[in-house]
Amino acid sequence: MTNTTCYHCGDSCDGHPVHFDEKDFCCHGCKTVYEIFTTNDLSYFYELEAKAGSTPNMTKKQYDFLENEEIVGQLLDFDEDEIQVVTLSIPTIHCSSCIWLLENLGKLHSSIVNSQVDFPQKKIQVTYKTEDFSLKTLALLLSSIGYEPNISLEDEKGKKSRIDRSLLYKIGVAGFAFGNVMLLSFPEYFEVEEFWLDQYKHTFRWLMFAFSLPVVFYASRDYFQSAMGGIRSKQLNIDVPIALGILTLFLRSSVDIIFDLGSGFFDSLTGLVFFLLLGKFFQQKTYAFLSFERDYKSYFPIGVTRLDASGREENIHVNKIQVGDRLLVRAHEIIPVDCVLMKGQAEIDYSFVTGESKAVLKPEGERLYAGGRQLSGVLEVEVLKSVSQSYLTQLWSNTVFTKDKASAFQTLTDSIGKRFTVAVLTIAVLATTYWLIFQPALAMNVFTAVLIIACPCAIALAAPFTLGNMLRIFGKHKFYLKNVNAIERLAKVDTAIFDKTGTITTTQQDTILYEGVALTESEKSILKTTLRASNHPLSRSLYTILKSNDIVTLDEFMELEGKGLEAKSSDHSIKIGSATYVGQPHQDKASSTSVYVSTDETFKGRFVFKNQYRPGVDKLFKSLAEHLRLGILSGDNDGEQQRLQNMLPATTALRFNQKPQDKLEFIKSLQESNQVLMVGDGLNDAGALAQSDVGIAVSENINVFSPASDGILDASALTKLPAFIGLSRKSIQVIKISFLLSLCYNVIGLYFAVTGQLEPVIAAILMPLSSISIVVFTTLWTNILGRQLQNKT
Amino acid sequence: MSVIYVLLAISITVAVIFFIAFVFSVRSGQYDDAYTPSVRMLFDDEVLTEPDHEISEEKQIIKTNDTNQ
Repeated sequence: MTNTTCYHCGDSCDGHPVHFDEKDFCCHGCKTVYEIFTTNDLSYFYELEAKAGSTPNMTKKQYDFLENEEIVGQLLDFDEDEIQVVTLSIPTIHCSSCIWLLENLGKLHSSIVNSQVDFPQKKIQVTYKTEDFSLKTLALLLSSIGYEPNISLEDEKGKKSRIDRSLLYKIGVAGFAFGNVMLLSFPEYFEVEEFWLDQYKHTFRWLMFAFSLPVVFYASRDYFQSAMGGIRSKQLNIDVPIALGILTLFLRSSVDIIFDLGSGFFDSLTGLVFFLLLGKFFQQKTYAFLSFERDYKSYFPIGVTRLDASGREENIHVNKIQVGDRLLVRAHEIIPVDCVLMKGQAEIDYSFVTGESKAVLKPEGERLYAGGRQLSGVLEVEVLKSVSQSYLTQLWSNTVFTKDKASAFQTLTDSIGKRFTVAVLTIAVLATTYWLIFQPALAMNVFTAVLIIACPCAIALAAPFTLGNMLRIFGKHKFYLKNVNAIERLAKVDTAIFDKTGTITTTQQDTILYEGVALTESEKSILKTTLRASNHPLSRSLYTILKSNDIVTLDEFMELEGKGLEAKSSDHSIKIGSATYVGQPHQDKASSTSVYVSTDETFKGRFVFKNQYRPGVDKLFKSLAEHLRLGILSGDNDGEQQRLQNMLPATTALRFNQKPQDKLEFIKSLQESNQVLMVGDGLNDAGALAQSDVGIAVSENINVFSPASDGILDASALTKLPAFIGLSRKSIQVIKISFLLSLCYNVIGLYFAVTGQLEPVIAAILMPLSSISIVVFTTLWTNILGRQLQNKT
Repeated sequence: MSVIYVLLAISITVAVIFFIAFVFSVRSGQYDDAYTPSVRMLFDDEVLTEPDHEISEEKQIIKTNDTNQ
């Protein structure tokens, strides 16, 4: 069979394509979406971008909680006169076809008035009439076409932060003033003794003064505030000489024009502020669709089903859960609180909490912890603790989560700024004393000239442009950092600690080994057919590796939740599932997950699932070990210890069975003498990620979920980590070279300043020249460095 | 009064008008999402077609050209 790809989503239809309308689809989900699109006049979707669809999730999320009006009210942006507006986050938005489709939602349901996509944020704003439509039907409609909205506690009203546009306004003001002042100051650069110029220069000067007022008092306010803060905390940051420069420029220029001493430096002043703000804007690159601040709230459901005394179901908000309540937890739902299992067979995946990859089976009466995901079947539980008091959520009461790493870290620019300020003030004082002795009239002129020309505009621009550009280059290679500060911290790292499950192993694929009596062809085809009918994750991964292509008809099929599968075909029967279900004793239970198989009531063998390490992990460790100390912190059992030891250098610290709190403490103890990089993936690493100097979350799908961190690394780019660290270090070198360059400019400028020859025109040339050459230099160099990243892969 | 004052007044008024336009465009959120509109404007306006009668894009262009002549 030739390898066909799905007409809707582009995945390969290995095995059993679904034929419909002369097209191939990989699954019924995709076919259904195609049907919906074609019958609703939306087939343009496929013309726009071929094979761009997303497969609807077969395990439907429950949106029942959207029946609760209180919850809905908190999600809506607007609600009046039977019109509601809501903004939903849809992680699967990925291409222009998605935009087109989602903006034509009105074709799918007449009640949808308008829908608008914000692509960078992966959000959609929908306006709809509530007459025969509701938020719940909207959520179901979206998930039926493969765009499952992600609704979590985080989306609640009030927490939505307003977009801060003040920087844009400030750039606008500074740019506006800069342009106009340049025009007005231009005539005087030539300093010709000309009648008309002489006549009007005062008007021009006062106009420039007027333009500079909003620049000094509005656009550069941040620099004054930061400088004041720095002085108050007795730290001379880079903003101190900048603020000093701006202030001197303004005062000196005002004095100059009041007493008719000269034209002032308004051109340099406005230009300086404009360039500085541009630098700030450039380094503010953010990945709007990613969130670096997530905690358990974005992972937890917003509503749960409560059973009242008479057994009636009602949807309530998670924060309303009280101790003693009875809750209903359906398959694939997350347990929101610590509770006791009252009814049902629990099979809980705690991988997010503990890092343990294997699902845990719990009988009735056992205690369940918040954060686990029930895999199959319905549970009835009794609440022991409220949401914020639960085991997992308590981790967030630790103070590391309120600490701001960026503000505690002294950047290279700030440490240079300190020495720079001291040096500038010394030169200014020395030069002024010299002139006071020999020509007192010039002393004030020289003092202000030194402060003006030494204003470290170029130094202040070097870091934002170098790091800002590096941040973008990293982003292109699927490494998304929270801010430029993280690059500087990454460059200083000397120890790298890795989580195991989900970080260096993949959750997408398992290595599956078969142990036992070989299966016959007919048994294999029954096995495959049986697995096909089951949605259990283990069945799915086993199904994909089995080679048999014959599909037989099953006469009987039964799925016992939490136990296994049973099927009959012609005269054979098969049982697949846990050891006890198949009738076998457990074997070396600790180290691996297994699925047992028996046919016709005789035990055949078992499939052992082993963690598969991501390709290139051993290479990654080898190249990291050249520069860094390594360590592994795993919440999992020590079944993999031997394999890890072979992969890692002998000095590596390996720790297993680590609870989230243990991980945090371990990082803390390392930090006494090291700069620690933590690489993790789940909520169980959240504490360690927050505590470490740089915390990087590895994610298979960057849109779905990752704990609060300084950066999110796409799993496919994990092997590039050494290159990223190397580039961060090189960026710091680039900044240092730029500092030297701008010092050269300063020396030239200072020559003019201390000799009392600083003319406004020299300042007006020197300042933009130094700033622009630094920007060009750093941008070019970082781009060349970034090219290395491409060659490496 | 010299004509230069008139010119200055005009030039600054024009500049201020543009500045105000900029402020309004920021305030209305035009710069919040700088990407999606660039994609949105490339979508073709849909041509109303009879249901069950699909015409490919190229044919439609030819058709509209014909009617223009």
